[in-house]
Amino acid sequence: MSMQHNPVPGNTEAVEVHRDGGHYPDRFENPGLEEHRPRLGDVDPAANKRAERQIVALFLVSLLGTIVFIAAYFVVPLGDTPESMQRSNFFLGLGLFLSLFGIGAAAVHWAKALMNDHERAEERHPQRSSDENRAGAIQALKDGAEDSGIGRRGVLKGAFASALAIFPLTIALPLIGEVGEDWDVSKFKHTWWKKGTKLALDPSGEPIKAADVTIGSVFHVIPEDLHEAEHPLDEKAKAVVLLIRMDPRDLRSEQGEGWSYDGIVAFSKICTHVGCPVALYEQQTHHLLCPCHQSTFDVADGAKVVFGPANRPLPQLPIEVDDEGYIVAQSDFHEPVGPSYWERLK
Amino acid sequence: MSTTTTRTGAAAGATADYLDQRTGIGTAVKTFARKIFPDHWSFLLGEIALFSLVVLIISGVFLTMFFVPSMAETHYEGPWAAMNGVEMSEAFASTLRLSFEVRGGLLMRQIHHWAALLFMAAIVTHMMRVFFTGAFRKPREINWVVGFVLLILGLAAGFSGYSLPDDVLSGNGLRITDGVVRSIPIIGSYLSYFIFGGEFPGQDLIPRLFTVHVLLVPGLILALVGLHLLLVVLHKHTQYPGSGRTDTNVVGYPLFPTYTAKAGGFFFLVFAVIALMAATMTINPVWNYGPYDPSPVSAGAQPDWYMLFLEGALRLMPGAGTEWVIGGYTLSLNVLIPAVVVPGILFTVLAVWPFVEAAATGDKREHHVLDRPRNAPFRTAMGVAILTAFTVLVLAGSNDIIGAQFSMSINDIIEVFRVLFFVLPVLAFWITKRICLGLQRKDRELVLHGHETGRIVRFAHGEYIEVHRPLDEHERWLLVQHEARRPLEIEPAEDSRGVRRKGYGRDRLLQRLSRLFYEDRVEPVTPAELAAAHSHGEHDTIAAPERNESTRLVGTATGGSGSQEGSATGAVGGGQHLVEPETGNPETDARNR
Amino acid sequence: MKALAARRHHRYAPAVLLLLALLLTGGLYAVLAPQVADAAPAAAGSDDIATGEKIFQANCATCHGPSAEGTDAAPSLVGVGAASVDFQVGTGRMPMQANGPQAPAKEVQFTDEQVEQLAAFVASLGAGPSVPSEEMVDPAAGDVANGMALFRTNCAMCHNAVGAGGALSEGKWAPSVVETSPRHIYEAMLTGPQSMPVFNDANLSPEEKRDIIAYIDAQREPSPGGIKLGSLGPVSEGVWIWLVGIGLLIGTSVWIGARSS
Repeated sequence: MSMQHNPVPGNTEAVEVHRDGGHYPDRFENPGLEEHRPRLGDVDPAANKRAERQIVALFLVSLLGTIVFIAAYFVVPLGDTPESMQRSNFFLGLGLFLSLFGIGAAAVHWAKALMNDHERAEERHPQRSSDENRAGAIQALKDGAEDSGIGRRGVLKGAFASALAIFPLTIALPLIGEVGEDWDVSKFKHTWWKKGTKLALDPSGEPIKAADVTIGSVFHVIPEDLHEAEHPLDEKAKAVVLLIRMDPRDLRSEQGEGWSYDGIVAFSKICTHVGCPVALYEQQTHHLLCPCHQSTFDVADGAKVVFGPANRPLPQLPIEVDDEGYIVAQSDFHEPVGPSYWERLK
Repeated sequence: MSTTTTRTGAAAGATADYLDQRTGIGTAVKTFARKIFPDHWSFLLGEIALFSLVVLIISGVFLTMFFVPSMAETHYEGPWAAMNGVEMSEAFASTLRLSFEVRGGLLMRQIHHWAALLFMAAIVTHMMRVFFTGAFRKPREINWVVGFVLLILGLAAGFSGYSLPDDVLSGNGLRITDGVVRSIPIIGSYLSYFIFGGEFPGQDLIPRLFTVHVLLVPGLILALVGLHLLLVVLHKHTQYPGSGRTDTNVVGYPLFPTYTAKAGGFFFLVFAVIALMAATMTINPVWNYGPYDPSPVSAGAQPDWYMLFLEGALRLMPGAGTEWVIGGYTLSLNVLIPAVVVPGILFTVLAVWPFVEAAATGDKREHHVLDRPRNAPFRTAMGVAILTAFTVLVLAGSNDIIGAQFSMSINDIIEVFRVLFFVLPVLAFWITKRICLGLQRKDRELVLHGHETGRIVRFAHGEYIEVHRPLDEHERWLLVQHEARRPLEIEPAEDSRGVRRKGYGRDRLLQRLSRLFYEDRVEPVTPAELAAAHSHGEHDTIAAPERNESTRLVGTATGGSGSQEGSATGAVGGGQHLVEPETGNPETDARNR
Repeated sequence: MKALAARRHHRYAPAVLLLLALLLTGGLYAVLAPQVADAAPAAAGSDDIATGEKIFQANCATCHGPSAEGTDAAPSLVGVGAASVDFQVGTGRMPMQANGPQAPAKEVQFTDEQVEQLAAFVASLGAGPSVPSEEMVDPAAGDVANGMALFRTNCAMCHNAVGAGGALSEGKWAPSVVETSPRHIYEAMLTGPQSMPVFNDANLSPEEKRDIIAYIDAQREPSPGGIKLGSLGPVSEGVWIWLVGIGLLIGTSVWIGARSS
């Protein structure tokens, strides 16, 4: 394949302007470095002296800053009110800022105003090694390979390669074996809810009576016996529920026959998108909004998705009312709560 | 006074001798002390990243002295009333303690977090500089990839650190991570168990994140930063085009003392700015969010800015019809596309760009003089398009804040952004490319006809003409120094005997790619074109001195062989300008400096 | 204008521009930041149902109907109680300027006495929640830590972790509650105005409501870390790192890279 190469700029120097007309170089010539323009401080000793004084002053600012910091550390108490904490943070930070700023500004000002500012050019060399070095490198590798005899000893080569290839298993096996606890991913499918589990207020754990849930109310709910779980937080992550009461006439559909009680419905609080707690209940529209990605669910219509990136309705928790008037679960959820995953329906 | 100096001098000499005898450091000092670095503000963007990394390490070490990476439950007792007696993890409790009970602890925490945000912002701006100036071209492709990996590691460092305090905000971020990981086909659930040591949130995550955050990722970052800088020294820094700057030299100031002072000073200034922010501006007030609990969430649930684009992508994706069940297995495209595919495409494009551009350019030479962004219209336009798409995603990720602050509907914002995500980058590409080509034409115009002076001259026959002042050679060089890159020319499909050539298909593909890059272009003015332009105006010239005649000879006024729209238009229209006599002598100015 | 054009290449131009941009942002923020109307707490007074009814007929009956039984445009007020009236009218939400799902707080239209009279009238229509006493809403009597736990479970998802407010769907929003008076906070929880759900005494007991008020009250204190940046979380922090952090440092870079004069 022939590529069209453009002229190398470095080579343009070879082309001369022809005065006899007719022929011009393809490119302009690099005019070379511009002349150095002296700074004020280079020509005016007073300006030079002034710059030096400024630099000294900046270093003094830094010294002062460190003193402010030390003083703030000892004199400004941290205290136990937001005001005193803020004061301590501010004065420590101010001291640190001045301390650093003084040094930084002084050094830069010094470099700019007083240090030699004549531009210098340094040559570059191509990255590529010389042909000689390349040949030497190849020869060195050849010699080494020859010395080891690896080319001739096929079995040895194979044994060497396989040993190297599989030894990492000794580290990987226990790591992979243990790092995911018991690897039982079917736990995704079950929550702490069972038949008869009382719905209780989060975080107090008080069970809820149906009569207490007035229309327009939303209760953030956990299973009453959640604290009995070995890892309550893990179970809470799946079991949190939102309990809502609306006018029964507004309830257009639900996910199962008889899963609600007189306009009281319970839905998983874990978004079916990526698992944020869906908690923004708008009383007038009966819409539930997820604050993370704004999936919107219509609680009056079986928590169907009306907007946003979620695809599935929030799973409904079937509820009933026990003899004492407490709201209890009819069963666990009928489908896995939370985000979708590969074997969710298996 | 003088004795002290001598004594210090003698001590320094003895130390140097001691070191050199054992390390041969003299050679290294000789080589590097006066190494030349070019000067430009945009070359300091990478230094901001480097220095914020140093600040991160300093403040991070401080924080590890007080932070307890444990998910064990405890009850807080301390000065923060709103948390008194609240059940929380050791991680959260120790974060509160180091903020409220360790003098300077809160300052260090805020320094650490501001520095982390600055680190990522500086990496991104530095990467933009490198991209738009073509600094990734040979021999720096490998260093671009190193820098790219550093960007990814920076994201990992930021995300793992952000989650360490075990607060509600970052906990919900982790929960989203869990949801995203689970959406990955086949291995998703297992990957989730792998990360969390079982079900979310589990008991292992904070200690694991801590190790990742303070050992694994910083170790990798430091190693790669070392490599990144080593390659910079090896390649020597790129430089902006200008008089005297070529691909075979580097023009600037020596490392010692000028750069030692400037860069060293800049470190202190970067640290100072971070300290100032930490002293006055609250960042990540975890005491407001409270310890992690899977039930609560707060409005404004967002990650730090560098992850916002993912949040935005997740928000933009419509959910309806995007979750597929195939043979009983669930494929969540509504999560996979925004959280895996979109960043996958973004990061792949960034990682492979130098190689794609090299293939399209067909250029195997080293480049050390940077491009002016306008001189690479396709690249510049692509860069702006990518940034535009990124910005749309970031804004989409902030739509609830935008909605609440400016009284707009979050639903409307999302609907609009769904369209803008596709439309704006295309528009941005087109506009940027037009602007680049326009600027190039303006450069041509300037070279050919000089500056307008505002001086109007009336000729005897009544014609009015504006006098133009030609560019001096340094000014001109900046506008003509670049090469016009043209689409690849390839050998025909069949050779002279009519046999189909092997590898033609590949060449053809490369050519198509190359046309995409370089079909539309404006070529720089050639000496012949300049001469032609001047000769058109020759009859208007006021008393041009004899010695300048050489530049006004009539030439064949055609541009390069494959010249396109721009070069054609740019070459005409030189007739009606007066040219003021040049002041310098081009022959003597050209070199001899 | 010409002088401006001539100076745009000046080496301090980026710094000046940055400064202007910062000022502009700050100014815009100051102008656009949500303002919350001051709602003065009403002193205790005598019920004057008749005066209240007159005020009702003059200002409310158009939408709520002549006997407050509700119309297509507005709900019935029978049984909403004095607390609801005190909140809606006392924060300026009612009378509404335009019908819609969101009734923004604005300048209060009536004197404290008139609000009381109106509340007395509406309360006379049917039993409903009454205005809480001073003691029930006293932040000093509440438990801040318990308030924090309740607030973040029940309120933070809409009103933000410290009550700075947030967006709801379709252009509605949950307002900032930081400047809202304790009595109005209590009444809002009790009555569930507009989009907000009802938090009755079984859900949040009166003591718990007072704990929440104590927590919100604590948010009026300064933040230990410095300026609160609107308490909006990582998005505003991201804006500030670019504006102040990157802004200042690019300005510094330009200074370092520029030739000394």
